[in-house]
Amino acid sequence: MVKRLEKKKEKVPFVDWFLSSNGATSVAVVILGFLAGVILLLCIGKSPAGLFKAIGQSMFGKAGKNGGWNLRTVGDTLMFSVPYVLCGLSMAFANRVGLFNIGAEGQYTIGMLAAHIVAVCIPAFPGQWLLCILVALLAGSIWGGIVGFLKARYKVSEVVATIMLNYVALYLYPLICLYLLPEATVNKSGRTADLAETSLLAKVLFDGSNFNIGFIFMILAVIVFWFIMEKTRLGFGLRATGFNKDAARCSGINDTGNITLAMAISGAFAGMAGAIILLGSVRYSKILTGQDNYGFMGIAVALVGNSKALGCLLAGYLFGVLKSAYSIMQGMGIPKEVVNIIQGLIVIFISFRSGLGLIRDRRAKVKVRKEADK
Amino acid sequence: MSEYAIQMLGITKTFPGIIANDNVDLEVKKNEVLAILGENGAGKSTLMSVLFGAYPPDAGKILINGKEVKITDPNVATKLGIGMVHQHFKLVHNYTVTENIVLGREPRNKAGILSLKDAEKRVADLSKRYGLQVDPKAKIDDITVGQQQRVEILKTLYSDSDIIILDEPTAVLTPQEIDELMDIIRLLKKEGKTIVIITHKLKEIMAVADRCTVLRRGKYIGTIDITPETNEQELATMMVGRPVKFDIDKAPCKPGKVSLEIKNITVNDSLGVAKVKDLSLSVREGEIVGIAGVDGNGQTELLYALSGLSKVENGQIILDGEDITNLTIKERIERGLGHIPEDRQKHGLVGGFTVAENTVLKNYYTDTYTGKMGVLKYDKIKENSDSLIEQFDIRSGQGSYTPAGSLSGGNQQKVIVAREISLSPKVLLVAQPTRGLDVGAIEYIRKRLVAERDKGKAILLVSFELDEIMNLCDRIAAISKGQIVGIFNEGEKTSAEIGLMMAGVKSKEAQ
Amino acid sequence: MIGTISTIMMLAAPILIIATGGMICERSGVTNVGLDGLMSIGACTAAIVHQLLEAAGVGRISLTVALLAAALVSMLISVLHAIASVDLKSDQTISGTGINLLATGITVFVCQRIYGTDRSTEFKMGMVKDGIGFYPTLYIAIVVVVLAWFILYKTPFGMHLRACGEHPAAADSVGINVRRIRYIGVLSSGFLGGLAGGCAVLTQTIQYTNTFVNGRGFIALAAVAFGRWTPLGVTGASVLFGASLALSTISSMTPALKVIPSQVFNIVPYLVTLIALIAFSGRDYAPKAVGIPYEKGSS
Repeated sequence: MVKRLEKKKEKVPFVDWFLSSNGATSVAVVILGFLAGVILLLCIGKSPAGLFKAIGQSMFGKAGKNGGWNLRTVGDTLMFSVPYVLCGLSMAFANRVGLFNIGAEGQYTIGMLAAHIVAVCIPAFPGQWLLCILVALLAGSIWGGIVGFLKARYKVSEVVATIMLNYVALYLYPLICLYLLPEATVNKSGRTADLAETSLLAKVLFDGSNFNIGFIFMILAVIVFWFIMEKTRLGFGLRATGFNKDAARCSGINDTGNITLAMAISGAFAGMAGAIILLGSVRYSKILTGQDNYGFMGIAVALVGNSKALGCLLAGYLFGVLKSAYSIMQGMGIPKEVVNIIQGLIVIFISFRSGLGLIRDRRAKVKVRKEADK
Repeated sequence: MSEYAIQMLGITKTFPGIIANDNVDLEVKKNEVLAILGENGAGKSTLMSVLFGAYPPDAGKILINGKEVKITDPNVATKLGIGMVHQHFKLVHNYTVTENIVLGREPRNKAGILSLKDAEKRVADLSKRYGLQVDPKAKIDDITVGQQQRVEILKTLYSDSDIIILDEPTAVLTPQEIDELMDIIRLLKKEGKTIVIITHKLKEIMAVADRCTVLRRGKYIGTIDITPETNEQELATMMVGRPVKFDIDKAPCKPGKVSLEIKNITVNDSLGVAKVKDLSLSVREGEIVGIAGVDGNGQTELLYALSGLSKVENGQIILDGEDITNLTIKERIERGLGHIPEDRQKHGLVGGFTVAENTVLKNYYTDTYTGKMGVLKYDKIKENSDSLIEQFDIRSGQGSYTPAGSLSGGNQQKVIVAREISLSPKVLLVAQPTRGLDVGAIEYIRKRLVAERDKGKAILLVSFELDEIMNLCDRIAAISKGQIVGIFNEGEKTSAEIGLMMAGVKSKEAQ
Repeated sequence: MIGTISTIMMLAAPILIIATGGMICERSGVTNVGLDGLMSIGACTAAIVHQLLEAAGVGRISLTVALLAAALVSMLISVLHAIASVDLKSDQTISGTGINLLATGITVFVCQRIYGTDRSTEFKMGMVKDGIGFYPTLYIAIVVVVLAWFILYKTPFGMHLRACGEHPAAADSVGINVRRIRYIGVLSSGFLGGLAGGCAVLTQTIQYTNTFVNGRGFIALAAVAFGRWTPLGVTGASVLFGASLALSTISSMTPALKVIPSQVFNIVPYLVTLIALIAFSGRDYAPKAVGIPYEKGSS
């Protein structure tokens, strides 16, 4: 009996398969974004080859046939993708529970702030970095959880609430660093005192690159995301809430709790990103004056990755590659802003993707007509 | 001049996945009341939307007063003298009555600025002339549903429509409001209007219609004259395509001990207004107790309170001897409370989940379906749903993997019924179980409920269709304004008597 | 004192202009979280046009031209949002976010092409204050918001627009073209967003840098929600938020305020809005259909 109900393997026309596959359309969207970038370069009379050389360099450490090997960039690129993947997971986790978390930026900032406080305020001890990361996770999850709570309890739109909290976090960072931390931890020239040596993330593998154990935490995060969301009963309840919170509630699932929890977990991913950036890339902390934009890029990552763990990993890597290529291109004399434009266009094309649903409906309609005419 | 006000010939209209109208003909004579009869999904509303220019037909032509016309948008329909009262009112909630009536054709002064004075006066006049009693300056938010419908009628009168289409106009009305509406329709006819009324209720057709056109599954079946001698059974057969027997054969009720006891409960709505007042009722094992009443008399709030969706202000709910008044929804489910909710899209199913996932929505976390570290046993879940699909004859494209949202209404309801019954609850709360379903599914679901009763389950049924209550229930409680106004056994009262009680006239015996 | 009020108004005017755009857009049923990007594009355009024309010696008229150019270019970009949210029925937050990201790329790209660096070259003289001490942007803002109020509440068009934001199916059923109205809503926000960017850059600085707008589009979004989607409310919110921005810049120079860190004033608009939203909760002031793509034939 089970056999009988197995998915029927029907021959589906390519167009229908394409239209209904999120993965395929994501790839198409990325290709379109690059195509637009290439056209833009051609328009201003630059060779698009440089763009791809830079990308090759950042991915494989080698630019084209003649370029020299440089494994350092490979490690850097992997490291660049860490905050993108984590912020992507942050957005994706909320998205699966039916929430639009624009607040990864703020949760990232608060996570960084928390890690910073732990790194400069307590006496150094071995393994301090782990405490930093854990505190950042906690801080990010509180910052996200607040939004979830407001949404569940007071029906405050999470989009507006996260935007507000992003800026509160942005200004809270210097406020706390400059006014509330011990005098000695602040260097008034726009950066803090050096972080304790024990709070830095250990560098491994790729010689001379910035690659550190933060990357492993990111991979762990991807696995945790996948496991919770796709495999466990917790994920089942969260997904049910995301699709239809009224039905979930009516079935005994704690929808308000799930919304708060989802935002908290979501915030934890972003908070971790903040800690890894702080402890992994710089040995001191600049006092943030503007947003790092990882949180906003995370939205794009989650959208391209269809809010799935593997999707976010791949999309986050793509954005890491683009960031890495960005700095390489600068050296090659190619307008690096093309990269930002490609990223922006990818998101806009993603939003155009819903138009495919309209095409799908049209095709279904034609099919029905044809069958009726028979 | 043509004898016909409207002729729609060979209309075909397709939507993704379905053919809503398949070569349908409709002819409406001038100054008659024509009813269009059909089950849900027969294509009645689509046909009227085509006439009203909401979307273009794929094939066919439309003649108004004998002249062929192309109706590209509602404005064209309005100019041709066609007005439509939609089933779901098209009213802007924070605009006044007059603002809604003039929307799209606002009177303006020479400078192009809105000026509503004259319009308000005209609305007041029209309202008086047709006995509609609507305040032109009232906000839509502040008036009753019945009044909102009159605003829709006023809209058509305001634009001097000769042809007025009413789409399922009685679905949301109380019995008195229905009577008043019938009077309004007669008055409109007397004033020379042509009326088309879309419905699936035979009584209304008998009450006001001159002729009746029947549609079934998007196809035109026929048109007959309505006279006092017209046989309702014949109309029903035309509508469904086979002789219909709405009565159910069921064994005499053998009630056991009290399973659900509701003691003096009061429930407020979200604005703090008491919707259920000091209501008491009990349901015994092996019986179906029906709550008969017009929509909006506290039934929804009562069920919300029983299932745990909203909290109880006062009183107690006792399930099998245990007080569950303050338990969470989950705890109530675990103690054996089943619920087939009124709004199956909103509360019953998770549309984005597969059929399999929906069948375990209430017990996915139990040891049967969850293993170590909270990992779900998807093989077990699928096994369960495969067997339910077989047992309950759920038709789905990809079996257990079908997204629940893509099922037809009848099959969605079957998934819900299957889930609730598979949990073998002690008490089953059932609200509007057959609304919007085709006759086949209606019969099936009613049979299933009776079977559960025979297994000794206590069933509390809420329905706005008195016939359904009369048919299924062993005991009937009439509800009005949040209070039970009478309880009696099956067959003790006629539907007319119950109708009277639903309207708030208290029964002597009940006191 | 007048100096302080002048500063407040200088900062409040652009917020009021762009918030009015956002309000019109939302009242038509489309959210626009891309306001920040649209404002950046406007600011960048205005700075470049003004700098180039000033250098070419066309005189003060270049300010007007720069403002118009800013509004038009930004409106053009907002077409992307309109296509996505109105025609393709996409999630409106996504295309708005896309516009924000795109704006970062485009503005720097254009500056690079023209000036060979990430910022525009300084112009010599922006707008000047009038006799009372106000910039002309204040008057532009007042005209914009009064006009918006008049159109929304006193003309048939305004009634149509508001109906599309509350119940598009009702509007459609009486022959109002929902698509057209929503396009107009989105394009208005593009136009006013660009104008606001221009007003800001020509009064508050002498060049465009990519940190110039710094989230003020989001402040505008907050002002719309805090102002409960009405012209009067949005005006009040914009002035309040302008004041708090002004305090954050002048607090360090005013002895009485020096004890309070400037960041506190920066945080105020966001925190106040968040608290207001919690206080408003239960009563929904937002247009009922905002953010929901309209499908013909749905009820």
